[in-house]
Amino acid sequence: MTIRTIAALVAYALLLVASPTHAQTQSIVVASTTSTQDSGLFGHILPLFKAATGIEVRVVAQGTGQALDTGRRGDADVLFVHAKAQEEKFVADGFGMKRFPVMYNDFVLIGPKSDPAGIKSTSDIVVALQAIKAKAAPFISRGDRSGTHIAELDLWKAAGIDIAKDKGPWYKDIGQGMGAALNTASASNAYVLADRGTWIAFKNRGELDIVVQGDKRLFNQYGVMLVNPAKHPHVKKELGQAFIDWLVSAAGQKAIADYKIEGQQLFFPNANVPGA
Amino acid sequence: MPHDASAFELILSGDPALITIVRLSLIVSLSAAAGAAVIGLPFGALIALARFPGRELTIVVLNALMGLPPVVVGLAVYLLLSRSGPLGSWGLLFTPQAMIMAQTILIAPIIAALARQTIEDLWVEYRDELAAMDIGLAGRIATLLWDARFSLVTALLAGFGRAAAEVGAVIIVGGNIDGFTRTMTTAIALETSKGDLPLALGLGLVLIAIVVVVNALAWGVRRAGERLAG
Amino acid sequence: MRAPLSDLPIVLEDAAVVVGPLTILNDIALTLAAGAPTVLVGPNGGGKTTLLRLAMGLLAPSRGRVTWGGRMDAASTRRAIVFQRPVMLRRSAEGNIRYALSAAGVARSERAARAAELLALVGLSELGDRPARKLSGGEQQRLALARALAKEPQVLFLDEPTASLDPAASKAVEDVIRTVTARGIKVVMATHDLGSARRLAGGVVLLHRGRIVEAADAATFFANPATREARTFVAGELLI
Repeated sequence: MTIRTIAALVAYALLLVASPTHAQTQSIVVASTTSTQDSGLFGHILPLFKAATGIEVRVVAQGTGQALDTGRRGDADVLFVHAKAQEEKFVADGFGMKRFPVMYNDFVLIGPKSDPAGIKSTSDIVVALQAIKAKAAPFISRGDRSGTHIAELDLWKAAGIDIAKDKGPWYKDIGQGMGAALNTASASNAYVLADRGTWIAFKNRGELDIVVQGDKRLFNQYGVMLVNPAKHPHVKKELGQAFIDWLVSAAGQKAIADYKIEGQQLFFPNANVPGA
Repeated sequence: MPHDASAFELILSGDPALITIVRLSLIVSLSAAAGAAVIGLPFGALIALARFPGRELTIVVLNALMGLPPVVVGLAVYLLLSRSGPLGSWGLLFTPQAMIMAQTILIAPIIAALARQTIEDLWVEYRDELAAMDIGLAGRIATLLWDARFSLVTALLAGFGRAAAEVGAVIIVGGNIDGFTRTMTTAIALETSKGDLPLALGLGLVLIAIVVVVNALAWGVRRAGERLAG
Repeated sequence: MRAPLSDLPIVLEDAAVVVGPLTILNDIALTLAAGAPTVLVGPNGGGKTTLLRLAMGLLAPSRGRVTWGGRMDAASTRRAIVFQRPVMLRRSAEGNIRYALSAAGVARSERAARAAELLALVGLSELGDRPARKLSGGEQQRLALARALAKEPQVLFLDEPTASLDPAASKAVEDVIRTVTARGIKVVMATHDLGSARRLAGGVVLLHRGRIVEAADAATFFANPATREARTFVAGELLI
């Protein structure tokens, strides 16, 4: 193999690397949650947004806590998460511009058909959690500062349980995303709090099914915010705002409502509901 | 990628998302192998041939760095490339370039350590001749690297294999963005966490097949080269 | 421009080479001057190779000293050596010679022509494109010779140049030695082939167990060996 052939191959390889991937397209980075990714929502709505505006949305799916961190560091242009109190604090601290509500879904308590905590009959999440603790039934927590994890901690609090102090070996904190938590629950026949969207899309169910749903406290609101360009001047504020505007517009809200798995709608748009 | 398709169906239908993922995996890991070779081969040869205080310690550290945990490298590069980090103005976080950078750092020690061993062994054979021809250090490095080229291909393959197999570094610095920074390993991690285990397993087999093909090609190149150049 | 400094005569004074507990060479007093080849003879293990390396400057003496043209610097731009088992670079025969030419500072534009000359000198013109490692033992010896001559040395050291060569190849090598000697190159050669020594030597040095037992011009050495060891050796008997 002559030097010239090798040089040609290297040049070709470099061209491959430097080539199309991100040079000409307009793009933004959106830090979002694993639940929106794992449910397939983005796969449905982002192509519609791109067709309408030509803007490519690059979604980095992390837990809500990590996404907010990413926003604070300026590594994303837009945040799309589900922890209202934390989002409002993010804006108050000056890291974000305005927070816009976008959609909601609900959490469901998933558990094994054998129901060791005996809670199948109740639709009260607080009663259910108290029973789980009382019977020391196995419970999987995401433990990753995600919106779901924060919601779970809030529910323990609502049930009057200081979970940090009162947990036992029945409470397994895995520090991973929703899919991983469901996999673990499936493998160990345990209870787990999940968002409905990820649950519907989840395949590896084993013996698991929904045991508690419909409680108002299981309501899960999603919000979107632009990262503050005053703190991070490189943030693509026009493109980012275009994404936010589309999400809360009629077109975006319809796209969200249209996303269904097996005929079930996963997310419910509510951008125009005051105080959402 | 379609929800319910098996990996087999995706391959047969030439699913564009799968092709994008495979193409990105190859570009990232092959580029990292090339970059790591540019850094690691001369460095390994230098350590093999030069004598300097602390040389033995350097060799120990270099060998130890072969075991750098990918996730630690990923974290370090993430902190470097983050907008809040020292190289933030490069704007490289969550891009394939960041992934190549992280993997290059990860596998450069492997290539350097293996090159050092190969060159040091070869030096025993070549030392007299090169000394008799008054070849200086730079000339010795170049001559031995070229003469050892077939053995060094194995070192490059070891580096490539390690890069192609890892997920910890690329998922942190790349962000596993659909259609942009999703590689075979990060796709497997994602499908596993979504509970689509058959698809994840299928993708895993595709990844192994690709690595085998790359190794086979390298073997072919080596054999052809040996026949031509002895 | 000044003429390059001469490396001759090579003078070894009271030189010894000691490695650990082993004394490989001792009490070496020898002068290698321009002219006919000097041949080192003696049984294997006697120190011939070490003495060649010492005179070449690859090895520093543990005691005593070595000077080249009166100087003590070991830089060997005017000396070349062919080892007993030469190492071929992993490239063609011609490539090996061009490598040596490059190392000797020959301009790129001249290398092809000079390589062709050297290949012709050692009778390898047709094998220029063959991978050097695929040449036979004899061909590799000749190639190593061509390589050594690339730097146009003043002194050429040869370690067992005809060992393991068939008679035809041996003759070819001996012819080259005669040719380069005629061109003024000083050849210093170690051999245990008595016939070769008789045919080529101007001066003979007998080494036994690390010491010079006898050193004389070839005619005297072979016709009238002075020492008991030399007589044993010339008679073709084993010298223990």
